[in-house]
Amino acid sequence: MSGVATGEAAPPPQAERAGSAVGEFLRRVGQGEFASLRVILGIAVIWTIFQLANDRFLTAVNLSNLVLQIAGVATISIGVVLVLLLGEIDLSVGAVSGLAASVMAVLSVQEGWSPELAIVAGLATGAAIGLFTGFMVTTFGIPSFVVTLAGLIGWQGVQLAVLGETGTINLPDNLITDLTGTFFDPGVGWAIAVAVIALYAASVLATRARRVRAGLEAGALAASVGKVAIVAAAIIAAVAILNEDRGVPLAAVIMIGLMAIFSFITERTRYGRHIYAVGGNAEAARRAGIRINRVRITVFMLATTLAAAGGILLASRLLAVNQSSGGSDLLLLAIAGPVIAGTSLFGGRGFVWSALLGALVIGSISNGIDLVGLESDIRFMITGGVLLLAVTIDALTRLRRQTTGAG
Amino acid sequence: MNQAQSPQAAPERSSPASPLLALKGISKSFGAVEALKDVDFELRPGEVVGLVGDNGAGKSTLIKAIAGAQPADEGEAFFEGNRVTLTSPQAATRLGIATVYQDLALCENLDVVENLYLGQEIGNHIPGVHVLDEPAMEERTLELLDSLGVTTIRSVRTEVAQLSGGQRQAVAITRSLLGEPKVMLLDEPTAALGIVQTREILNLIERLKERGLGVVVISHNLANVFEVANRIVVLRLGRAVASLDADDTRREEVVGAITGAEFGDAGVNRTTEEQAL
Repeated sequence: MSGVATGEAAPPPQAERAGSAVGEFLRRVGQGEFASLRVILGIAVIWTIFQLANDRFLTAVNLSNLVLQIAGVATISIGVVLVLLLGEIDLSVGAVSGLAASVMAVLSVQEGWSPELAIVAGLATGAAIGLFTGFMVTTFGIPSFVVTLAGLIGWQGVQLAVLGETGTINLPDNLITDLTGTFFDPGVGWAIAVAVIALYAASVLATRARRVRAGLEAGALAASVGKVAIVAAAIIAAVAILNEDRGVPLAAVIMIGLMAIFSFITERTRYGRHIYAVGGNAEAARRAGIRINRVRITVFMLATTLAAAGGILLASRLLAVNQSSGGSDLLLLAIAGPVIAGTSLFGGRGFVWSALLGALVIGSISNGIDLVGLESDIRFMITGGVLLLAVTIDALTRLRRQTTGAG
Repeated sequence: MNQAQSPQAAPERSSPASPLLALKGISKSFGAVEALKDVDFELRPGEVVGLVGDNGAGKSTLIKAIAGAQPADEGEAFFEGNRVTLTSPQAATRLGIATVYQDLALCENLDVVENLYLGQEIGNHIPGVHVLDEPAMEERTLELLDSLGVTTIRSVRTEVAQLSGGQRQAVAITRSLLGEPKVMLLDEPTAALGIVQTREILNLIERLKERGLGVVVISHNLANVFEVANRIVVLRLGRAVASLDADDTRREEVVGAITGAEFGDAGVNRTTEEQAL
């Protein structure tokens, strides 16, 4: 009943193997594997359109700006991915990012704390809020949608109170503004690139070697090498472009570093496996001996801590914190991003890098529309349309997956 | 033939091995409802017991009492000859009693290996982090499935959502084998399965028997029960009314015991009379 390649005329014998490989590939694409491939193609289309509309789009300066524009929201989205994997939602991440940045700004500028301590206090504010959310959700069984909707409103109020009468705090030049104002020398940028590629290659090849030793199916060596080559090419291209402008920004290193860490946690550790399990079937996870409430509470804490980190990056880029920090469409974009890039709203399916891919889609549209000189009305409509398109594709692939699974 | 005709006496004579699990005088009430009344039950190594009865006869209650999920109110339990208390699922699991409920408790978004090792993942402890050892888990999964003759799962990296009902049942049973249990309780393992899939599961139960496990199978399908069980225990209205040797019993006798129809059987008659009181 899979419906792929069965209706076609039989291919000639020698082409059969290649044909079935392609068919298999198409089938897996259809069932939503390689979701990231689809998004990357989408980004390529968006970039091509804007480049045709304005040839300044694909310049080093603009792409460098794009990276800085998405760093904050992409960082918030990492936490959103974790919460979505659980099958929960956190509507307060926008408000939390604003509140955490406000706490940091007040402590650093008005109370004279060192920037390091102020940043830690901002992150701790986020963690404490997540602890509260997780406690409310697990203890009283209130849907996270409701708890965090209350949080969205409530924490915004706290933010206004923390900021006080002036409502705006400008950040002086210090570590906080350096977070998004630092660019590495080209040499340092290349050193980072080489280190990351080497680490990635070592990890991929070591995993493969381990599987071969264990006598498990490991795939062709060429496939592993190809995977490393594609990632290496992307990193080299990115560093080359960024170096042509001001260099690799510290904010990008923070954003990518956090993605790598949380990708590792979700894909390679027991804790990450338990997050997926709770999102897939909480009762099964509980019966398997997983302490599901502990998983839930810690994930809510990670999400709000990452929201705080994103808020701090946004404040650093704005050089100020004000009453609208963390407000406006930040929350919706932070949730839309991962969903566009293939993380399910229904729990248990998704991946951390969807935070980056989704932010790239939304950020590219936003950046391109500004560059072309269109107004916000168009930007909102296009972003909404892309989101709808993405979730429609997601729904279709889910349907197909169910049909195939019913055999 | 005579043994089969006097079901109450059958367990003592039918099998030479000493019981793996023995329950004596098990009762369980839910409010005013007596779900189990003074039930005796025995299970030997390498024996498959089919637990049959009409809806509400107490099959699931008995399974849950053994599994520790709903401890019995009264009665004694012996495991390998030792007096034990089955007061929690953990206690039962520690003894070596594994249960596969009808809902299977699998995570559809995880693959076969991930489901098998859920909650008991193999990995390396770096301080603070438990890093998964996927090749080790995958290797052992393949070995285990192979040893059980589960051949229909093409890739152990397939999401459970894409598996058939029979394959899911096989995954759930295989998973409960990881704890190396001695007793396996299966709640309706063939319900809602097609013919081929039912055959696979019955074969799998045969393999469990060959491994020396004691297996209890709840089923509504008498044909399946006759095929796989050594002994058939019939529950009716919370009482164990018959324990029949599967080889020497006709289907009609089992149906009679389930429904309480007259077959001139002493055990059945007595129960019917007590019901009248």
